[in-house]
Amino acid sequence: MAGAAAHDHHDHKPKGWVRWVYSTNHKDIGTLYLIFAIMAGCVGGFLSVMMRWELAEPGIQIFHGLASMVYGVEGDAAVDAGKSMFNAFTTAHGLVMIFFMVMPALIGGFANWMVPIMIGAPDMAFPRMNNISFWLLPPAFILLVISAFMPSAPGAHGVGGGWTIYPPLSTSGQPGPAMDLAILSLHIAGASSILGAINFITTIFNMRAPGMTLHKMPLFAWSVLITAFLLLLSLPVLAGGITMLLTDRNFGTTFFAPEGGGDPILFQHLFWFFGHPEVYILILPGFGIVSHIVSTFSRKPIFGYLGMAYAMVAIGAVGFVVWAHHMYTTGLSLDTQRYFVFATMVIAVPTGVKIFSWIATMWGGSITMKTPMLWAIGFIFLFTVGGVTGVQLANAGLDRSLHDTYYVVAHFHYVLSLGAVFAIFAAWYYWFPKMTGYMYSAAIANTHFWVTFVGVNLVFFPQHFLGLAGMPRRYIDYPDAFAGWNMVSSYGSYISAVGVLIFLFGVFEAFSKKRVAGANPWGDGATTLEWQLPSPPPFHQWEQLPKIK
Amino acid sequence: MRKIFASAVAATASLASVAAYAAQPTPWQTTFQPAATGIMEQITWFEHYTLWFIVPITLFVLFLLAYCIWRFRASANPVPSRTSHNTLIEVVWTVGPVVILLFLAIPSFQLLTAQYSPPEEAKLTIKATANQWNWDYEYQNAEPLSFNSAMLAEGDRAAAGKEDKGAYPRLLAVDNEVVVSVGTLVRVLVTASDVIHAFAMPAFGVKTDAVPGRINEIWFKADKEGLYYGQCSELCGKDHAYMPIAIRVVTDAQYNTWLAAAKSDLPGANKALMAETDGAAKVAAAGN
Repeated sequence: MAGAAAHDHHDHKPKGWVRWVYSTNHKDIGTLYLIFAIMAGCVGGFLSVMMRWELAEPGIQIFHGLASMVYGVEGDAAVDAGKSMFNAFTTAHGLVMIFFMVMPALIGGFANWMVPIMIGAPDMAFPRMNNISFWLLPPAFILLVISAFMPSAPGAHGVGGGWTIYPPLSTSGQPGPAMDLAILSLHIAGASSILGAINFITTIFNMRAPGMTLHKMPLFAWSVLITAFLLLLSLPVLAGGITMLLTDRNFGTTFFAPEGGGDPILFQHLFWFFGHPEVYILILPGFGIVSHIVSTFSRKPIFGYLGMAYAMVAIGAVGFVVWAHHMYTTGLSLDTQRYFVFATMVIAVPTGVKIFSWIATMWGGSITMKTPMLWAIGFIFLFTVGGVTGVQLANAGLDRSLHDTYYVVAHFHYVLSLGAVFAIFAAWYYWFPKMTGYMYSAAIANTHFWVTFVGVNLVFFPQHFLGLAGMPRRYIDYPDAFAGWNMVSSYGSYISAVGVLIFLFGVFEAFSKKRVAGANPWGDGATTLEWQLPSPPPFHQWEQLPKIK
Repeated sequence: MRKIFASAVAATASLASVAAYAAQPTPWQTTFQPAATGIMEQITWFEHYTLWFIVPITLFVLFLLAYCIWRFRASANPVPSRTSHNTLIEVVWTVGPVVILLFLAIPSFQLLTAQYSPPEEAKLTIKATANQWNWDYEYQNAEPLSFNSAMLAEGDRAAAGKEDKGAYPRLLAVDNEVVVSVGTLVRVLVTASDVIHAFAMPAFGVKTDAVPGRINEIWFKADKEGLYYGQCSELCGKDHAYMPIAIRVVTDAQYNTWLAAAKSDLPGANKALMAETDGAAKVAAAGN
C-alpha cells in the first residue's frame, strides 16, 4: 500500500503550464533554457546578418532605412539615427549571444539536463532555485529589448556602447534611459547565473552517486564545476562595476568620471576582471562536451583524463590573472604589459594539452563520423585557429597594431562563434536523441554542419585580412579599399543564416517523423550514465542510486 | 643641368610620396600596411615570425585530425585500443609548447620594450585631443600652433583641392593634416575631451587610447615621406567611423616653411605644401 502510493507520487508530473512555470525538475528547466537559447540565438543571429548586410558594401546601405522604419525619423536624422542604431546592434548582438544564447544553452540547458544524470543524482541540489535561475532570464531579456526602443544619446535609441559599456560613453555619452535598462538587464542575468553556479557547485560536491569520486567524474561535470566557480567569482565583480556605473549615471557619484577624481580605466579593470573569465565560462563547458563526443565516437576512453580535468582547472585559475591583455592600449605601464603578456601566454599550455589529448583519444580508436563527431572535430580545428591567433594577440607589442581591429573580431569569433557554438551544436546532436527520444535525420544534420562550416569560415577568415590592413571594429562604414573582403564576409553571413534555417528544419523534421532513438543510439563508446537510462529519461531518475565501480 | 637635377630631386621625392600613398589600405590586402617607422618594421617582422609557428601548428593539428579520421575509421580499425595514458607523450606536449612560447616571448619582449624606448629626445611634441568626432592638435613649440582636424566632407573636396580620391580617400582624408618632418622623433600626447577614443596610425605601429582625464604618450619617427592615414580605434558613439587621422611627413625644409606660414594662415600653408608634395607626385606620374 505504502509502496503503491510512493510509486504514484514519483510518476506524477504536473500538467499544462504549471509543469513549466512552476517547474523544479532539472530536465524540464534544461529544456526551457534550450528553447530560450534557440530563440535568443535567432535574435542575435538576425542582428549579425543585418550588420553584415550593412557592411557588404562601402557607404550606408540599410541602417538609415531601418532607423526610419523603427524610430520614424527621416532624412539626415535617419542617417544619424541609423549610425547609432548600428552601434546598438553590435552591442545587442554581443550581449544577446553571450548572456542569452551561449550561457543559457551550455550551462542552463545541457549542464542542467546532463550533469545530475551523469553524476547519478536525482535532480539539482536546489530545485526551486533552479526554477528562479531560469525565470530571471526572460525579464532580463525583455529589459534589454525595451532598452533598444529607449533614447540613449541625443537623437539615438538603444545602448550603443558595445558589450563592454566603457564609460564615459556609457555615462555622460548616453544619458537616456536605454543604458539604465541594459544595466538592470545585466544585473538580473548575472543574478540568474550566480544562483545557477551555486546550484551546480552544491550539486556536484554533494550529490554524486556512491563511488563516484571527483577523479571518476565525467569531464563535462568537471567543466561545469569549474565554470560555476568562474561564474561565482567573476560575476559579483561585474555587478559591482555596473552598479557603480548606475550610480555615476543617476546619483552623482564619480567613480569613473575624471572631473570628480574618478577614472574611466578603473571600469575597464573591473569589467575585464569579469570579462576574461567570462570567455572561459563560454568555452569550458564546450571542452567537456567535446571530450565526451570524441571518446564516444572513437570508442575509446578519453586520453589523459586527469590531465584534461586539471588543464581546465589551470585555464580557469590563470584566466583570472590575465584580464588586462584586453587593455594594452589604455596606457598601462611597460612592466604591467610585460606581466600580462607572460601570464596570457601561459594559458596556451593547458589549452595545447587539451587539443593534443583529444587527438590522442582518437588515435588508435575506431572512429565513426556521426553528426556530433563532425561538429566536435570542426570545433577542435576551428578552436585551434582561434587559439593560435590568440597567442599572437597576447603579445602587447603586436597587439599594438591589431587591438580594436577586425583581427580581434576574427579571433574571438573563431573561439566563440566557431568554438563555443560548434560545441553547442555538437551537444545538441549528441544528446537530442537522449532528451527527446527521437532521432534526427543525419542527412539534414550533416548538411547543417557543412553549410555552417563553409559559412562561418567565409565570414570570419577574411576578417583577419581586414584587421591586418587596419580596419577598426564597430564601424558602420569603411574606406573603399576594405570593400572586397567585407563583401566575402557578408556572403558568408548569408550562408550561415541558411545554416540556421536548416537547423530549425532538422528539429521540426525530427519531431514530426518521431523516429525512435532508443536508450543508446551511439553504441558502446557512450559510457556515461545518461546512456543507461531510457530515452527520454524518466521524469525522476536514479530512484535507485547507480553504483560506480 | 640644373633642370635635370631638379627633376631628379622631384622624381626621388615623388617616388617616396607615391610609395607613401600605399600607407593606406589597398583592395584585397592581406597583410599589414607598409611600415613607415622602425617600430612598425619590427612589428611586421614579429608578425611574420609568429606565423612561422602558428601556421605549422595549425596545419599539424589539421593533419593529425585528418590522419586519425582516415587511419582509425571504424571499417579499417574495428577494435579500438584501450590506451588512455602515456606519461612521456603528455610531458612532451606540455614542455613542447613551453619551449615554443619561449621562442615567441623573447622577441616579443624586445619589441614591447623597443616601443617604450625612444632612441633620442623628442624634437617635436604634439598634443592630440579627441572630441566627438574630430581631433584637436596642438604643436607645443615656443609659439604654439593649434588647429582642428575633421574628416573631409565629400562636398568640400573641390574647395580643398583634394579631388584625387587615390591620395585623399573617402573616410580617410581630413581637412587639416598633421605635418611633421621626416626622420624627426615626434612625441604625441593623447587625451580626450568627452568619451574614450583612440589615436592609431597603422603605418607607424602606434595606437593608444585617448582617455578623458589622462594623457597617454606615444612616439614615432617616420623615415619615409608621404601622407599616412589612421582611424579612431575605440568606439566613441555615432560617428566613430568618421574621425580619421592623417599625418603628412615632409622634408625638414617643407616642414619649416609650412610651420612658419601655418601660424598666420593654416589653409594657405596647407595648400602651398600640397602644391609642392602632390605636384611632385603628378610630375613623376607624367614622367612614367
